[in-house]
Amino acid sequence: MLIIIQTALEAGFLYAPIALALFLSFSILDIADMTTDGAFVLGGAVSAVCCVAGHPVLALPAAMLAAAAAGFITAFLQTRLGVPSILAGIVTNIGLYSINLMVMGTSNLSLFQMETIYTMARASGFAGSWYKLAVTALAVVLVAALLVLFLGTRLGLSIRATGDNADMVRASSIDPTFTITVGLCVANAMTGLSGAMVAQYNTYADVNSGTGMVVLALAALVIGETLIGKGSMLRRAVGVLAGSVIYRFIYAAALRANVPADYMKLVSAVIVGVAIAAPTVRKWAAFQMQKRRAAARKGGR
Amino acid sequence: MLELKHIHKTFNPGTVNEKKALRDLSLVLEDGDFATIVGSNGAGKSTMFNCIAGDFYPDEGDVVLDGTDLTYLPSHRRSRQIGRLFQDPMRGTAPHMTIGENLALAYLRTAKHQSAFLSRVSRKDKDFFRDQLSRLDMGLEDRMSQPVGLLSGGQRQALTLLMATMVPPKLLLLDEHTAALDPGTAEKVLALTKEIVAEGKITCLMITHNMKNALELGSRTLMMDSGRIVLDVKGEERKGLTVEDLLQRFKAGAGKELDDDRILLSDD
Repeated sequence: MLIIIQTALEAGFLYAPIALALFLSFSILDIADMTTDGAFVLGGAVSAVCCVAGHPVLALPAAMLAAAAAGFITAFLQTRLGVPSILAGIVTNIGLYSINLMVMGTSNLSLFQMETIYTMARASGFAGSWYKLAVTALAVVLVAALLVLFLGTRLGLSIRATGDNADMVRASSIDPTFTITVGLCVANAMTGLSGAMVAQYNTYADVNSGTGMVVLALAALVIGETLIGKGSMLRRAVGVLAGSVIYRFIYAAALRANVPADYMKLVSAVIVGVAIAAPTVRKWAAFQMQKRRAAARKGGR
Repeated sequence: MLELKHIHKTFNPGTVNEKKALRDLSLVLEDGDFATIVGSNGAGKSTMFNCIAGDFYPDEGDVVLDGTDLTYLPSHRRSRQIGRLFQDPMRGTAPHMTIGENLALAYLRTAKHQSAFLSRVSRKDKDFFRDQLSRLDMGLEDRMSQPVGLLSGGQRQALTLLMATMVPPKLLLLDEHTAALDPGTAEKVLALTKEIVAEGKITCLMITHNMKNALELGSRTLMMDSGRIVLDVKGEERKGLTVEDLLQRFKAGAGKELDDDRILLSDD
């Protein structure tokens, strides 16, 4: 049982940066960033190549930088070349597939018996048998804290205003091209970090590992926002982390209930669909109730 | 000092929808001038504002503010010097950000912070925001951590006014900023505008459809028609002027009657 909890916590934190990335791009900037899947794999690919070269720690910032560059391409297509935002992400994502193969030189790169941040942590004896969780959580909490601090700066506030009121931004001294670009770069850097850690955790990078990642992260984000709700940036960021962990617990529970792993993407899709549709359905249901009550009143007279 | 020099702007040139929005428009606004602008729909009032603010570039002519040529400067580069309020009170503030965050955004983008992307609001800044908010006399100083979306239209417009003038801009553009508010609130926001503009000696252009306001407020009245300024009164000449006089003068200047129900029917 304990091992399941540990694994779920580890996975929750490993994938949490993607949920944070979508928190920035989807919730705050109001852009559905389809670069996510490819950026995740790119992060993993760069991380694996760095590990092979013997630099597992350097792998993390390198992966973030590479993924940020991918985000920049999407932002450039969208803000400078007038490509619709969803299409911009899809275009970058498709292109990234080849880039990822180029980076790795193969479709699956094994890190078996190579030094990773996790083998380093185990060797140092840090946090006992929880070393994987400790290392991951440390990195993720650090990134989340930096994100929250960043969102309180002038640039962070400008990014939030860009997604909140486009009219206001146009009439104030904020350049939406710049804020969208920075926002997408930061978001994809976080996605890349997740990819980098997952590759080292699994001791391999796979060119197909990113499929549907954007939906899984969206599920985590939606769970977090539903449970914790809206409020200060700190509160919302904590909600996203919690959502990511809770999602992995649901995932683990489903696996325990003998749901085949292949079905988990369907489960994720249903969670996202239901959660995003919920407010509309609730409104519809309330209206039907109101109509029925009105009909009853008239019929009773 | 704002100078508009022979500005021409035609929308959709060469099509059936061709519209000459500004025709040889020239205007010099001295420092501290507060000019009101009236004119019927399509006279080019808002088009002139959009041109000054940089929403589009003129086909011909120059926009010069304090000796700096702004004609082809993108709008976000100008708005450090030009504050702007629209008719729709929802346009000027970010609804899901708190009052404090909205103020911080307006404050941090001003001159002394221009290049500091990562600057944050200090405790001292927050006290300053509180002081500023208490001037509005709307109790907003105790609601700094609430999202702006919870405020009424009048409160949001007052907040927008504060954001635009907290650090006095070189030019303030008011595009019927009280027209969407109920009469009581409109009066309050207008009084506030008067006070803030006078105190900061802000150079200001205000579009209004209320002829009485146009004569009472500010130091100068402009009337526009078909993309030109057809009447420009100030000083002694303006003092004794009545609404009827203004309509007469408009007829003389534009060669036709002013035919805008919204202007003629506004009774107060």
